[in-house]
Amino acid sequence: MFKAFYTVVMRDLLLAVRNRSDILTTVFFFIIAISLFPLGVGPELNTLREIAPGVFWVAALLASMLALERLFAIDYADGTLEQMLITPQPATILVLAKVLAHWLITGVPLVLLSPLLGLQYDLSSEAIQVLMLTLFLGTPSLSLIGAIGAALTLGLRGGGVLVSLLVLPLYIPVLIFGAGAVEATVSGLGGAGHISMLGAIFLLSLVLSPLATVAALRVSAE
Amino acid sequence: MLEVNNLEVIRGDRSLFSELGFSLNTGELLHLLGHNGSGKTTLLRTLCGLIKPSQGVVSWKGMNIRRQRDEFALEMLFLGHLNGIKADLTAVENLRILSRLDGLDVSDDELWQVLEKMGLYGHEDLAVGVLSQGQKRRVSLARLLLSKSPLWLLDEPFTALDKAAVDFLQTVIAEHVENDGMVILTTHQDVGLTTGEVKQLRLGWKKDGDV
Repeated sequence: MFKAFYTVVMRDLLLAVRNRSDILTTVFFFIIAISLFPLGVGPELNTLREIAPGVFWVAALLASMLALERLFAIDYADGTLEQMLITPQPATILVLAKVLAHWLITGVPLVLLSPLLGLQYDLSSEAIQVLMLTLFLGTPSLSLIGAIGAALTLGLRGGGVLVSLLVLPLYIPVLIFGAGAVEATVSGLGGAGHISMLGAIFLLSLVLSPLATVAALRVSAE
Repeated sequence: MLEVNNLEVIRGDRSLFSELGFSLNTGELLHLLGHNGSGKTTLLRTLCGLIKPSQGVVSWKGMNIRRQRDEFALEMLFLGHLNGIKADLTAVENLRILSRLDGLDVSDDELWQVLEKMGLYGHEDLAVGVLSQGQKRRVSLARLLLSKSPLWLLDEPFTALDKAAVDFLQTVIAEHVENDGMVILTTHQDVGLTTGEVKQLRLGWKKDGDV
């Protein structure tokens, strides 16, 4: 079982390396979306500091959603997905492996880039630390929740738009607590409560999302 | 071993087949016949558990396959219309991943040998995307040579293959049946077997020669 998990993670990472444009689009989207705000809002540092958590988190949501479409769609089109569903491995494990690989490809770069982009918003080092922590805790939840939407819209025309309608509302709690944690820390209230909530959301989606995703995949693969 | 009882599958709002029943034992080959759209592929996908029948039961060793997904999956190999291989990976990589997911422990040497047997010598480490349609099919069919599953479900396995490959595949299938395997396949070609039994099942309402 662990071997199958490892095989699928390595497979998806290898595919991402062979097809680098997929990773780069998400990452560049994140960079550009965040860099546009200071240009549009103007160089008023107080304003920038205030809007930074929200901007970072909204950009992370959109970037993560942008990458969702590719999570299962290519495997579905070339038949590897249906083969995965009829292997003697638990499908939840395989889905979890795919989501982990997806997060490593599209989530981790966002976490690592955030300190650099934070400089544009004159964030304090404390705020940047909390921002990284919340992104680190929150982006896996985004991938997990998004996987359900991606599985549900497999093979549908205009699936991309439908995914955003399905998934974005579900992302709202992550957005509120993620951005809230940074704001609370900066204002001196302490973000521990928000961060605990992010952790709870992650654990909940870790348990429930693979089950829902597998059920949706089985329906889509019929 | 494989038993089908009172099976009905509805796609959209049309019933493709109903009250379908047959059984398959070791050393038997079932040749599915029928005109285009008669439900051959749907039947195969139902038998491997991808499609849920609207009525009836497919059972393997006396138990519903939907109650024993993982056990059944271990003893069944399904090759569909889609090759199920990644265009960006090489033939060896594709085969390695597929056999690991099938729960097989295959060494790299074996993978290369199997691909050579399939007539892919010199193409093992090319991205599958650059291979021809027939060569892609050969990569996918190489799984048959590695498989330890008794039941093979093959959907049009001969498409895109050249004559030599068709003959080779015929012998592979014949050997599998001879060794107490079971094969269900759809094809518009004749299937010859030296030993074992060939059953035929005709789906649809049209007669031979009707368009």
